[in-house]
Amino acid sequence: MADTLTGAEHDPAARVPGFPMPRAAGCPFDPPPALTAAQQEGPLARVRLWDGKDYWLLTRYADQRAVLLDPRVSADLTSPGYPLQAPGSGKNDIGFILMDDPEHARLRRMVTAPFAIKRVEALRPAVQTIADDLVDAMLAGPKPVDLVQALALPLPSLVICALLGVPYDDHDFFQENSRILIKRDAAVEERTAAHGELIGYLDELMGEKMTHPGDDLLSGLVARVESGELSRLDAAQMGVLLLLAGHETTANMIALGTLALLEHPAQLALLRDTDDPKLIASAVEELLRYLSIVHGGRRRAVLADIEVAGQLIRAGEGVILPNDLANRDPEAFPDPDRLDLTRDARRHVAFGFGVHQCLGQPLARMELQVVCGTLYRRVPGLRLAADIAELPFKHDGSVYGVYELPVTW
Amino acid sequence: MRVELDEPKCVASGQCVLTAPEVFDQRDEDGIAFVTDEEPAPDSLDAVREAVAICPAAAIRLTER
Repeated sequence: MADTLTGAEHDPAARVPGFPMPRAAGCPFDPPPALTAAQQEGPLARVRLWDGKDYWLLTRYADQRAVLLDPRVSADLTSPGYPLQAPGSGKNDIGFILMDDPEHARLRRMVTAPFAIKRVEALRPAVQTIADDLVDAMLAGPKPVDLVQALALPLPSLVICALLGVPYDDHDFFQENSRILIKRDAAVEERTAAHGELIGYLDELMGEKMTHPGDDLLSGLVARVESGELSRLDAAQMGVLLLLAGHETTANMIALGTLALLEHPAQLALLRDTDDPKLIASAVEELLRYLSIVHGGRRRAVLADIEVAGQLIRAGEGVILPNDLANRDPEAFPDPDRLDLTRDARRHVAFGFGVHQCLGQPLARMELQVVCGTLYRRVPGLRLAADIAELPFKHDGSVYGVYELPVTW
Repeated sequence: MRVELDEPKCVASGQCVLTAPEVFDQRDEDGIAFVTDEEPAPDSLDAVREAVAICPAAAIRLTER
């Protein structure tokens, strides 16, 4: 009888909440209260998306991890029942993150080498120099300053540009189009146009690299296009994915993470007063867990019947797995709503879980470690230069953060 | 204890290398992980257990004797 517990379509009296849900005013770091309430009520909830259809939402850490590992669920948004993020999502395919194995694995393995731990560690001194230079410039300039423009956005953008072989001078162009592409409420035409701009840009850049190859990731992809392993469109899509994911996510972590620390002065003091790489690494994991900025819920379609927490979920149904909620599951993280930089948060799912887990995570970690070990020590008087209630939060983005973070010292 | 890694399952997240660098490493060409010490010393046990738990692809198996 388990499968009689379906949704509103069978029980007109039930009120199915919409998803995504709004955060509470004054609690910018916590998941929406309705989402937390759903977790307290049980492992599964029904939610309604923009398309008027109802989907399963998994509230628990353990269930989310199990489903994300299950080969009977699909990340391909053309699979029946897939819960699309927004109207027209399918038109702006950004590569292998929306494919299943074996094709996903084949493409992913073409770009994983530069993100191996040792390769990323070798970049640490260069990233440290970038961070020091940006902080120098910030300290030499007028205050207050917008930390997003002074540090959070340029640091990861400079790094990913160097790694991919994209000219940093084009940053206004790709940052603006990336911002539109991940804006949840952007019109379909607007997002499609931004996607087209980025694909065209990467394709042209790779064209240049055919005649003038460099020692960078895009040149590596171009070589695979020339050898016939990769289509030109797949290569451009991979370039867009890496460029976008390489700067937008880390930038939001730097800015929102700094805001969270400014709001938790005792925690900030731990970082200001240390040069212990272990504590800094632990702090980064906890910030990743606590903030879980990819807050739109991982989406999957069920290809063959599965059971979650005793509930049958049928082939053709869609599931939503909000990792921000999993990272606040008290069974996985005691006292989950407390920011505690000294806790062991390594098992968080802020980078997702399963075969699609973020491939750039070693780079993101290293960048965040450099920032956490630099900014607060070098600017010990850092403080917010605005009312937190007035800050423009990215409620409308598929990656959460702040559009601006005015700070002074 | 004995550590095994199912290479086709590996997604090159590097988490095992980060957690237990004395037991795991990654291939240069694609970042896929491999075991460098199949029977590590007991003082690596906690780190290997953590690597098993943290692996996003459930590709690592630990047999404890």
